Amino acid sequence: MSVRREETKTASMLQANFQEVVPALKPKEAIDEANRCLFCYDAPCIKACPTSIDIPSFIKKIATGNLLGSARTIMEANPVGASCARVCPTEELCEGACVLNHASKPIMIGLLQRHATDWAIKNQKILFHAGEQNGKRVAIVGGGPAGLSAARELARLGYEVTVFEAREKAGGLNTYGIVSFRLPQEVALWEVEQIEQMGVTIKTGTRVGVDVTPEELLQSFEAVLLAAGMGAVPMLNIEGEDLIGVLDAISLVEDTKTKPLTDLMLGKKVVVIGAGNTAIDGATASKRLGAQLVQILYRRTEKEMTCYEFEYEFAKQDGVEFRWLVAPTRIIGENGRVTGIELMRMELGEPDAKGRRRPEPVPGSEFVMEVDFVVKAIGQTRHVDLIEMFGLQHKNGIVEIEEGTYRTSHPHVYAAGDVIFGGGNTDAMVVDAANHGKRAAHAIHTALEAKSQPVL
Amino acid sequence: MADLRINLAGIESPNPFWLASAPPTNSGYQVQRAFDAGWGGAVWKTLGEPIINVTSRFAGLHFGGQRVLGFNNIELITDRPLEENLKEMLETKKLFPKHTLIASLMVEHKREAWHEIVKKVEAIGVDGLELNFGCPHGMAERGMGSAVGQHPDLIRQQVEWVKEVAQTPVIVKLTPNITDIRFTARAASEGGADAVSMINTINSLIGVDLDSWLPIPHVDGKGAHGGYCGPAVKPIALNMVAECARDPQVGIPISGIGGISTWQDAVEFLLMGASGVQVCTAAMHHGFRIVEDMIDGLNNYLDERGIASVMDIVGKAVHTYSDWGHLNLNYKVVARIHEETCINCNKCHIACEDTSHQCIDIVTDEMTGKERLVVREEDCVGCNLCSIVCPVEGTIEMVEIPSDQPPLSWNQRQAALAADRSCEAAQE
Repeated sequence: MSVRREETKTASMLQANFQEVVPALKPKEAIDEANRCLFCYDAPCIKACPTSIDIPSFIKKIATGNLLGSARTIMEANPVGASCARVCPTEELCEGACVLNHASKPIMIGLLQRHATDWAIKNQKILFHAGEQNGKRVAIVGGGPAGLSAARELARLGYEVTVFEAREKAGGLNTYGIVSFRLPQEVALWEVEQIEQMGVTIKTGTRVGVDVTPEELLQSFEAVLLAAGMGAVPMLNIEGEDLIGVLDAISLVEDTKTKPLTDLMLGKKVVVIGAGNTAIDGATASKRLGAQLVQILYRRTEKEMTCYEFEYEFAKQDGVEFRWLVAPTRIIGENGRVTGIELMRMELGEPDAKGRRRPEPVPGSEFVMEVDFVVKAIGQTRHVDLIEMFGLQHKNGIVEIEEGTYRTSHPHVYAAGDVIFGGGNTDAMVVDAANHGKRAAHAIHTALEAKSQPVL
Repeated sequence: MADLRINLAGIESPNPFWLASAPPTNSGYQVQRAFDAGWGGAVWKTLGEPIINVTSRFAGLHFGGQRVLGFNNIELITDRPLEENLKEMLETKKLFPKHTLIASLMVEHKREAWHEIVKKVEAIGVDGLELNFGCPHGMAERGMGSAVGQHPDLIRQQVEWVKEVAQTPVIVKLTPNITDIRFTARAASEGGADAVSMINTINSLIGVDLDSWLPIPHVDGKGAHGGYCGPAVKPIALNMVAECARDPQVGIPISGIGGISTWQDAVEFLLMGASGVQVCTAAMHHGFRIVEDMIDGLNNYLDERGIASVMDIVGKAVHTYSDWGHLNLNYKVVARIHEETCINCNKCHIACEDTSHQCIDIVTDEMTGKERLVVREEDCVGCNLCSIVCPVEGTIEMVEIPSDQPPLSWNQRQAALAADRSCEAAQE
C-alpha cells in the first residue's frame, strides 16, 4: 500500500516537473504589455524575425481585443508561430531588437505571441483556408517545421499537398524533440491540425526511400520538397558505448514526450556529452526525471557553447552542473550497465574553420567519474542516403541549393530546413526552418507558374 | 468576410473608415498613401481662400504614461492654392475611383462664394461635400467655421445656398462648442443637408509651461485656443452623435467623428447611429496603417456574430439611449468582488469610503489573518465607482438584484403623483 502511494507520489512529481515552466501572461499583463508597445514604423523587431511577423500589428490587435486577427497575423507569417512563441531565442531576435531596450525594457514579444496563439488554440479557431485548387501536386518529404510551413503556403496557393512523414505524428522537432516543459506537444500538434484541416494529406509512418521511392514521388508530383531534417545522434566511437545506460538526448527527450515518465533516473548520476540546445534539453530532462546529479561535459569552454544564453541560464537554474575542457575516452561498465566514464582533460588550441578554438587533449590527464547514465548530445547525423537516392548534390550531407529558389541540383526537387543548414556557430532555429519552408513554397509556386505559362 | 461597404446619404464607400478633414488629408500624396493602406474614404483638408498658417501648431495631452490621450491644434484650413488641391484631388479620384473622396469647404458668408466653390469641386468628380462649420480657431474669428456652426440660422442659410447648386450629397460638419448640438443639426437638416458629421474640435488650451509660463503651444510668446480632439473627446462626440441619432427632427444620416482610435470605438459610433466614421488623431499618432486592425477587427467582430453587413449594426443601440426621466428607479445593481482575482490594493474600499457610500469593508479573516474586501450589498447604491477604479478587469462585477417592484421611471412617478393629487383635489 505504502509502496504504491510512494509510486503515485513519484509519478505525480515527475509529471509536475514536465509541465510548462514559463507561465502564460495573465489577461491584465497581456493588455498592459500590448499597450506599452510603441507600434513603431518599419519596426526593427519585424526585421529581426526570420519569418518577418508583423509584430507591432499583432500586438496592436491584442490591445484592441482582436485576438483572432492577432493570431492570424502571427500564423500567416509563421505557420509554426505558436511553437516559436515558446522556443525562439527572443532576446537574440525580436526582443533583442526592440527599440525600448534603449529607453526602458523590451516588450515581451514572445509571451504576447503565445497569448494570441493560445487564444486561438483554446477557442479552436481555424485561421486559414485552402486556396482554389490549381490541379497541381507537390510532395513534401518531412512534416517538421520546414515541411509544415511549406505545406501551409502551398495549400493556400491551391496546390494538392502530400506530406510524407516517417514518424507516427507530424511536427518533427516541435512534436518530439523539445522538452515538454518548454513546448507541450499539444501546441505543435495544433499547428499540424491547422494545416491538415486545409486539406493537406499527411502520410505518417511513411518513410521515403523505404515505403515509397524518390522516383515514385518525382513521377506523381510536379515538385518535391525535401525537408527531412536530421537523423539520430552519431556514435561517440569509444569503448562501452553499447552499455545499458548510454542514451542519446534526442531519444531521451522523445521518450518523455511520448511515453509515461519513468523513475529510472531517480537519484542517479547523469552526464551529458555536448553543449548545444539538445544537450541542455537532455540535461534538464534528466534533472526533472529525478537525477541527483547532472553534469554537462564539454570539450571546449563556456564561450564556445552553441546553446542559447537563456537555455544555459535555464539549465543552471535547474541545478545542472557544467564541466569544461573534458572529453570522454571510454565508458566503463559492470554487468552490462554503465558505472563510470573516463574523461581526458583538454585545452584550447588554434581556431578551426568556423573560428572556434580547437580543443586539444592534454596527454596523460585521464580520470574516471562515477556515473549511472551517459547522455550523448553531440549533434545529429544527416540523411545522406536519402539525399543520394534523390541524386542531389551535397556537401557532407548538406544539400546544395540555388540561392533564393531553394532548388537543388535536381530541377524538380527543392530543399528546406535542417537539410540545407550549413551548421554555423549556433544551432539552427525552428523559426529559420519555418522561413525556409515558406520561401521554398513560394519559389516552387513561381517555378510551376512559369512552367504552366504557354511558351510564346 | 462581412460586407464592410457603407452607404452614407447616398455616398458609397468600400468601408466605414474615412480620414477626417485635417492635416492627414492635406495632399494627394497623403490621401493616396491612405487609400493604399486601406482607408475607405477621405475628407480632403478644407478648401477655401488660401490662408497663412503659424508655426508651432500642435500639442499633445499625455497622461499616466500614455501619450496623446488628447490632442490640440491651431492649424487652419489648407494653405495651398485651390487649383493645386483640385488637380491632386482629380488625380487621386482617377487612381482610386472606388474610394470615397469628399471635399471639405469653408468660404465667406456669401451665396456666390458657396456657389463658385461647390461648382469647382464637383467638376473634378468628388463623391460629396462637407461644409466645415466646425473649426473653432482662427477661421471662427473671421466669421467662418464654428462661428457659423454656433448659429442655427447661419447654418440653415448657407446649406440652402449650397443645395441650390450641389449635385452631390452635402454633409454638414458641426462644432461641439455649443450648448445643445441638436439645434444646429436640426438647422442643417432644415436647410436641406443630406447628412451631418460631428464633432469638430473643442476649444482648448493644452497646458502652460511651468518654467516659461507660456501657453502650450505658443507662437513667439503668445498662444490662442486650439481645437481639442483625440481619445479624450470620444465620450463627448459619442453623446452628440447619439443625441442627434435619436432626434426625429434631425432625421438625416450621421458621420461620426471624435477620438475614434480602434475598431471598437467605431462599432460604438455605428451602434449609436453613425453610418460611418472619420478618424484623424489616431492616424496622426500611429500612421495610416492603423486602419488594418480597424478593418480586420470590425470584420472579425461582425463574423463572430454572424452579421452579414456593417450597415446592419448602424443605429441598433439608439433606442436604448434616452432621457434620465425615463430610467427605471427600481432597477438595482450591486458590486460583487471576486476574491480569486482580487489583488487587495484596497482602491475600491477607499474610493467607496471617502467618496461614495461607505459600503466596502476590509474584513480580517480570523482563521488566516488575511484581509478581504466585502461589500455590504444592502448599503451599496450601485454607483460602479469601485469597479471603475479596480485595476484588474472583471474582479468587481456589478450584478443585478432582481426587484420585487415593477419598473417605474421618475416621469411615471411624477405623473402618478400628479394624478393622485388631482384625484385628491377632485375629492375635496
